[in-house]
Amino acid sequence: MTSLPAPPLPDIDKAAGPDLTVVPKRHPVRWLTAAVLLLIGAATLRSVFTNPRFGWDVVNTYLRDISIARGLAVTLELTAVCMLLGVVLGVVLAVMRLSVNPVVRSAAFLYVSFFRGTPVLVQLLFWYNLAALYPTLSFGIPGLSLDANRMITPLVAAILGLGLNEAAYMSEIVRAGILSVEQGQAEAAGALGLTRAQTMRRVILPQAMRVIIPPTGNETIGMLKTTALVSVLAVPDLLYSAQILYSRNFQTIPLLIVASIWYMVVTSILTIGQFYVERRFARGNRTLPPTPLQRLRQMFSTHAPIATGRQP
Amino acid sequence: MTVDGAAADLVPMVRAEKVRKHFGRLEVLKGVDLEVQRGEVVCLIGPSGSGKSTFLRCINHLETVDGGRMWVDGQVMGYEQRGNKLHELGDKEICRRRTQIGMVFQHFNLFPHMTVLENLVEAPRRALKESKDAATERALGLLDQVGLGDKAQAYPRHLSGGQQQRVAIARALCMRPKLMLFDEPTSALDPELVGDVLTVMRDLAASGMTMVVVTHEMGFAREVADRVAFFDAGQVVEVGPAQQVVTAPQHARTKAFLAAVR
Ligand SMILES: Nc1ncnc2c1ncn2[C@@H]1O[C@H](COP(=O)(O)OP(=O)(O)O)[C@@H](O)[C@H]1O
Ligand SMILES: [Mg+2]
Repeated sequence: MTSLPAPPLPDIDKAAGPDLTVVPKRHPVRWLTAAVLLLIGAATLRSVFTNPRFGWDVVNTYLRDISIARGLAVTLELTAVCMLLGVVLGVVLAVMRLSVNPVVRSAAFLYVSFFRGTPVLVQLLFWYNLAALYPTLSFGIPGLSLDANRMITPLVAAILGLGLNEAAYMSEIVRAGILSVEQGQAEAAGALGLTRAQTMRRVILPQAMRVIIPPTGNETIGMLKTTALVSVLAVPDLLYSAQILYSRNFQTIPLLIVASIWYMVVTSILTIGQFYVERRFARGNRTLPPTPLQRLRQMFSTHAPIATGRQP
Repeated sequence: MTVDGAAADLVPMVRAEKVRKHFGRLEVLKGVDLEVQRGEVVCLIGPSGSGKSTFLRCINHLETVDGGRMWVDGQVMGYEQRGNKLHELGDKEICRRRTQIGMVFQHFNLFPHMTVLENLVEAPRRALKESKDAATERALGLLDQVGLGDKAQAYPRHLSGGQQQRVAIARALCMRPKLMLFDEPTSALDPELVGDVLTVMRDLAASGMTMVVVTHEMGFAREVADRVAFFDAGQVVEVGPAQQVVTAPQHARTKAFLAAVR
């Protein structure tokens, strides 16, 4: 017998031969940590369902309440409209930030600084109270005179406040996306005779999407939750609807749980959607990120690091 | 067009007249004079940083010139002459002129989010407003010509560097240019892939295409080019028949450069 370790085997299957069985490496630590976490989870769940003050029967009743459903609809609409405003204005601002004209560049820069530099709740209150600042709106058009109090309804104030604020953040995301595209791409497009607008639309932005999409998904999920702020303007969104209900029946915790459940349901759906949109825009650029099932299988079967899908 | 028929044949395809260019305080082109006749292949050689790429990019107005004139096909590039004034052209008009000048880059610069075929038909469809069928038919023909007929549906990242560069040449040719510019088309390639690209360029030269090629491939310059221009420090130091400049250079700096690259 020799004490020398065996040389590393280049090919397990060949080395194993016909009469040897290949035993895959076990992962006891992975199983142990998983078990500990499952135990903690079970204990938490047990407490949640045995404490009567959670009021699960009340939660169950109000989960499908009509005013909660209406509130959810308002929250979804507000999220969609504000994100749309944010993305469109954000792209415009990002292109302005990259303009050759210094005045255009500075205007976009000031916009972004202002909206990112103040809390969105303060901005919401400003829009809501615009009538105190400008009782009538004319937008500089002679003869036009609109009553600001009637124009700026709580919903309009909410859309302006959240949408214009979002545009500032989106413009930074879009700008980072545009800058992530190699300079050579714009040159090649220009040399082929594509105009600057065509180059932006057909060559730069589609490639920038890879960088723009993931944070935009996060922004959308963030926006869904931020819309809860509009309850201070008495816009009947999901949270405000729950608040109205518990101000009458004092079932505060169950109704907050109802709202939370709906927020979570929607954020979960958005997260799944984001995953597939990201896969779609990975076209031609990199290996696709694995689906959740593929990840799970990988975790328990190999030593390979879980692919994050963010390789360069 | 301002020139036509027999007169057009007399006008050189490219005429650089005391072309100057500086970046900040760095003067990169110090009054370059060079003519490229129709159907001629001119290779630009010279040390790194001597201004070869910048000169090439001035031809299709990727860089604006600061002094002198760059004439392409009888017209001042980037400007329009009305009376005795030169008016700077807008984006649209510059783009229209660029459609007639193909350019091939060192790093290929294919559009990674498009298939090979989409890379080829994009500019004919958007800039020349051609129909999809017409552009596709010509694109497939060109892919065959560069030996990549079976790669139409592949994405660039799945191709070797040599294949990508041949796609880039086909993409430029798909615009039916009058003039082709090459900026070190083989410098980023593994040595064994250089030959295929040079073969395509040789065939193109043989077909009568006017070509300006920045290259370090002295063999190619000697065999394929009609004339070779040696750049150094922003100036054309020596220009003459390819065979003569490459094998029997007159100028001391040309001799030193050629001795170094051998
Ligand atoms: N966009 C630019 N801004 C500043 N300097 C540049 C730019 N492009 C090129 N240069 C400089 O101009 C000089 C000539 O460059 P280039 O034309 O690329 O030379 P070559 O192609 O002969 O190697 C180099 O010193 C380079 O650093
Ligand atoms: Mg160069």
